Amino acid sequence: MARYVANRLAQAIMLLVIVSAIGFAILHLAPGGPLSQFAASAQMTQEDLDRVTRQLGLDRPLPIQYLDWFGRMLRGDWGRSYRDGEAVLSVISSHLGATLELMATATIIAVLLGCWIGVLGALRRYSLFDTLATVGAMIALSIPTFWFGLVTIYVFSVKLGWLPAGNRQTVGDGSFLDLLHHLIAPALVLALVETAMWGRFMRSSMLEVINQDYIRTARAKGMPEWRILTVHALRNALLPMITVAGLQFPTLLGGALVAETVFTWPGMGRLFLDSIGYRDYPVVMGILMFSAIMVLIGSLLADILYAVVDPRIRVG
Amino acid sequence: MTSAALTTVQLAPGQAAWRRFRRHRLALAGAVIILLLILGSAFGPYLLPFDDTYIDIMKRFAPPFSGAHILGTDELGRDVLARLMMGARVSLSIGFVAMVIAMAVGIAVGAFAGFYGGAVGAVLMRLVDAMLCFPTIFLLLALAALIEPGFVTTTVLIAATAWMWVARVVEAQVRSLREREFAVAALAFGSSNLRIMFRELVPNAVAPIVVAATLNVAKAILLESYLSYLGYGIQPPAASLGNMLNNAQIYLTSAPWLAIAPGVAITLAVTSFNFLGDGLRDALDPRMNIP
Repeated sequence: MARYVANRLAQAIMLLVIVSAIGFAILHLAPGGPLSQFAASAQMTQEDLDRVTRQLGLDRPLPIQYLDWFGRMLRGDWGRSYRDGEAVLSVISSHLGATLELMATATIIAVLLGCWIGVLGALRRYSLFDTLATVGAMIALSIPTFWFGLVTIYVFSVKLGWLPAGNRQTVGDGSFLDLLHHLIAPALVLALVETAMWGRFMRSSMLEVINQDYIRTARAKGMPEWRILTVHALRNALLPMITVAGLQFPTLLGGALVAETVFTWPGMGRLFLDSIGYRDYPVVMGILMFSAIMVLIGSLLADILYAVVDPRIRVG
Repeated sequence: MTSAALTTVQLAPGQAAWRRFRRHRLALAGAVIILLLILGSAFGPYLLPFDDTYIDIMKRFAPPFSGAHILGTDELGRDVLARLMMGARVSLSIGFVAMVIAMAVGIAVGAFAGFYGGAVGAVLMRLVDAMLCFPTIFLLLALAALIEPGFVTTTVLIAATAWMWVARVVEAQVRSLREREFAVAALAFGSSNLRIMFRELVPNAVAPIVVAATLNVAKAILLESYLSYLGYGIQPPAASLGNMLNNAQIYLTSAPWLAIAPGVAITLAVTSFNFLGDGLRDALDPRMNIP
């Protein structure tokens, strides 16, 4: 087990190095590179630019610059926002809570609903319910999230007036009920795609499990059907879902960005788009790297957790 | 095997695939809708009296079915149906072209990595893994923010964030096919590595490649709509299905029809390609069992 974890950890670190190299390359792709902020000012003379270049160490060879940048990233120095000079990491962390709240709520909805639909679909394969669920999942995966958000706003906010059309809270309010009221629509919109994915994976995982020999054995020895389902089938079918959670993470993050934009939710995704609008490259790159690292850690945790619960992985 | 299976007439692989595909009614429907969308966006604009950029400020916000404006007009009095057709033309083109680029890159990377394996394969596939760590929309937006937006850049960017899955599929296929007799025979025959890769191995992986290509079009259309909706894809006055929705949010309360038509069109196109890909997967290779 320790060996498996060490192995997987080494892989993740190597991946982190490549990910950071890609991030660094994109940063230098920016028009004018990291200097653009200074070059835009009319008062800057060529001498000034040269001085800033030297001060920021941009005259050094690229590999040295990369190592320096990578080292500073590891120490938590991610640069400062062009907008207000705040440290990038503290800008990100002040927006992270809202995003995590949205993602967690959507995930809970998606896991419960998706697993329920998937299990029922697998048990009644090719029934009307299964067919509708399969077709519905495919359509859910094809609807642009932002458009589904617009439709939700139109129906539930504009027409029915049941839900607020955006934001995290009413100005001046902010009680638990108010927060919950604002959370419903964006969380459901974000959960749509997730539910479809979980449903599809759960269905195929369950189908694989209920055709196994040990299920037939359990049935043959006269175990009651509900016990076969809950104790033998469901528990085994849920195992691969740990991997799905890891695989789904990038999609979930991307979906959160879109949902946050439509519902003006003050999270990391909105911050990312605003920063792009302001050409605030340090924050843009910071969030890009931050999201990639979150994905990396997510898949690492999923793999380790899977090895903990399923010994076949760590031995094989 | 049951006796029914034993009595079936042996069909040619192509015939059998066509039979399986025909049974997949949703995939057939998808193919028909795709055909209609292509025909509509190719020839539709010539049938309408309005140009997609023709501005008539006196007729702004005309609701659907007002006179000759079947789907109404937008905030500048432009005909929504005309814009929808031109927008679909742009979005479908981006979908296809981005797919071709992504497939070319993905197949090349996958074939090299799968064929050579070892250090070359490891480096290439780790690059693929690293690229997949970035959530697609974040990567797409960060890149789009650095580059002048337009048809070409939008297409290239979408392809740049979509080739990795293809590379993974092709790598796995080539890696397993490399050991098969026909590949070994080609090697013994003195064929060059490139020839073995692209004339022997890749053609034998055509089933998963075709499926990946179809699903890739769906993904590219969806990504174009996200990018253009957020304002970093196709720029007005040119229409795309995504950027038509960009303004629709502002007028959601007063002119909801502006949001309905493009959204339905995107969903229809993406769903069709997804169903087609699903059907092709069942038809071409019944053993492939990816959910």
